[in-house]
Amino acid sequence: MQLAVNIIVLSSIYALIACGYVLIYRVSRVLNLAHGELMMLGAYLLLATASSFSGNPFAAIAAAVVLSLAVGVMVYVFLMRKMTGEMVLAAVLTTVALGILLRGVMVLIWSAQQQYPGQALGFSNPAIALPGGGRISTFAAILVVITALTYAALFIFLRFGRWGVRMRAAGQNPLLAAQRGINLHAVYALAWGLSTLTGSVAGMLIALDSGLTNTMVIIGLKAFPAALVGGLDSLVGALVGALIIGAAEVLSIQYIDPLLSDVIPFLVLIVMLVVRPWGLFGTREELDRV
Amino acid sequence: MSDRTPRASGYFRTGYAQEMALTKTRLERVSLFTFIALLLVYPYVASAFYLDLANQVFLACIGALSLMLLTGYAGQVSLGHAGLLAAGAFTAGILFKEFGAPIFVTIPAAAVVGALLGVIFGLPSLRLRGLYLAVSTLALHFVVVYLGGEYETKRGFSTGITIDAPVIFGFRLYGGKIWYFILLAFAAATLLICVNLLRSRTGRAWRAIHAHETVAEALGISVAGYKLLAFVISSAMAAVAGALFAYYRSFVSVEAFSLFLSIQYVAMIIIGGMGSLLGALLGALFVTLFPYLIEAALLRLPDAQSYAGVLFAVNYAAFGVVMILFLVFEPQGLVGIWRRIQTYFLLWPFKHKPVAGARK
Repeated sequence: MQLAVNIIVLSSIYALIACGYVLIYRVSRVLNLAHGELMMLGAYLLLATASSFSGNPFAAIAAAVVLSLAVGVMVYVFLMRKMTGEMVLAAVLTTVALGILLRGVMVLIWSAQQQYPGQALGFSNPAIALPGGGRISTFAAILVVITALTYAALFIFLRFGRWGVRMRAAGQNPLLAAQRGINLHAVYALAWGLSTLTGSVAGMLIALDSGLTNTMVIIGLKAFPAALVGGLDSLVGALVGALIIGAAEVLSIQYIDPLLSDVIPFLVLIVMLVVRPWGLFGTREELDRV
Repeated sequence: MSDRTPRASGYFRTGYAQEMALTKTRLERVSLFTFIALLLVYPYVASAFYLDLANQVFLACIGALSLMLLTGYAGQVSLGHAGLLAAGAFTAGILFKEFGAPIFVTIPAAAVVGALLGVIFGLPSLRLRGLYLAVSTLALHFVVVYLGGEYETKRGFSTGITIDAPVIFGFRLYGGKIWYFILLAFAAATLLICVNLLRSRTGRAWRAIHAHETVAEALGISVAGYKLLAFVISSAMAAVAGALFAYYRSFVSVEAFSLFLSIQYVAMIIIGGMGSLLGALLGALFVTLFPYLIEAALLRLPDAQSYAGVLFAVNYAAFGVVMILFLVFEPQGLVGIWRRIQTYFLLWPFKHKPVAGARK
């Protein structure tokens, strides 16, 4: 039972992060390898707002969420916008560079020590006993719920929302979309904003649950196989991929070797790339060259 | 390989021997020999610290050249270069620890292991391209590093493997000066191998594959074979660099082969300039010296002591900024700047580029 709970919690974490990769890739075909850092930035933003909105935790959370949306949009406007029309690989390497930059800046501002935004906000994190003998911490439970809500919201937004339709159109054929009057830059900026937002929410919840250090980036990187296994441009895929990766990781830690936890997602990723590079639910695309 | 820059005032070659010569003008020969002379004199005038810097640059040069062959010429992106270096270092370390193998066994062994890994790293390239290939090499990096870490913990070397200074014919290879010449020799050999590979059929095949795979196939190039060959050669070189690194530091630990190192190597070839061996060398020089420059700059600021703890963070941030600046504003890298300067002096006092030799 506890095993199942662990799998669901870890999968939710991966799913919530992976949808950020999917959003950006689906809309602009850019792989955002700075996603882990942006996620961590979200968690640190919460720490920052927690100290400035002391006594009002929910205002602090709201402020951090809005800030992270702004960060995402700014990343596009000031950096990734310059990379449009360049080689895809150059854009990806730019995100790698951005990640390194962010990591340095975050350590400079917030130091590399472990911190607890949950304490700063005055939240306690009691474990909830589940029927069947499992236990789950409150924030882990909230994380599972929020992941479900986020996915529901994204499905509805992309299916019915005006901007959601625009995002899908831009992803399918940017040229045609632009000719039909869709402002591509606005769409891309929105995708970056939303992606950073969901990533940041994941970062905040992980930080509230288990504290915050600069090793959090690894979680963001491990969520990437989840996105790819499911198919980089499919939200359903991200969900399924996260479940597969989460289950594989928890089970291998339990039954084989705890050291494997950092490798298993990438082993699954290699297998997937060999068998079906475009993922379980992804569109089979002409893989482009350098 | 035709010259992209007009080096002499005309095309004077009259035979194949002249075409194949490595240096084409007297100026080139003179500057080359001056440079070699400087390199040979350097260890006798430099302090231990500067000697160490030079050695690091040579090690980085070998790695960067091998990555340049793979990414810059054959067009196969790799984000797992640190994994290959780690493989070489661990081969040397494990052979030494388990069997007490001498250096002239471990280094070829590292090359063999690297070549084998190159096949494994390269297999995905037969199905994947660009982004997906980069991701698969990224994943392989994690696997290799995990295996190294596993060996460390299982054998009880959890802090790392120490390697004694190698002995050749009763002569102990120890100290910066001796290693300077060893590493210089290896770097120069790597450079020569790269230059000659690129001038040969292999290099032309790689560039054809880079330019257009389908067309290359149609021209009768065995795309799969040459792709794998690129991976094998590049990985073997990287593994040798890793083994040399292990001997030079006399210490192997997985900590040294992080993802950041892979990114640093990619940064070397970007900052240096894609598709140019000179670029790989310049990039290796730049990226290796960069943290030291940052440190020196920071120490000049007032209350320098307070920055000591955050030095690595400043390094990260500055490195990210430099990489972004190069990607956005100078995609041709340092070589692009170098060529502009060259052209400026060649054409002086005129400013227009020749149309025929116009570069992209």
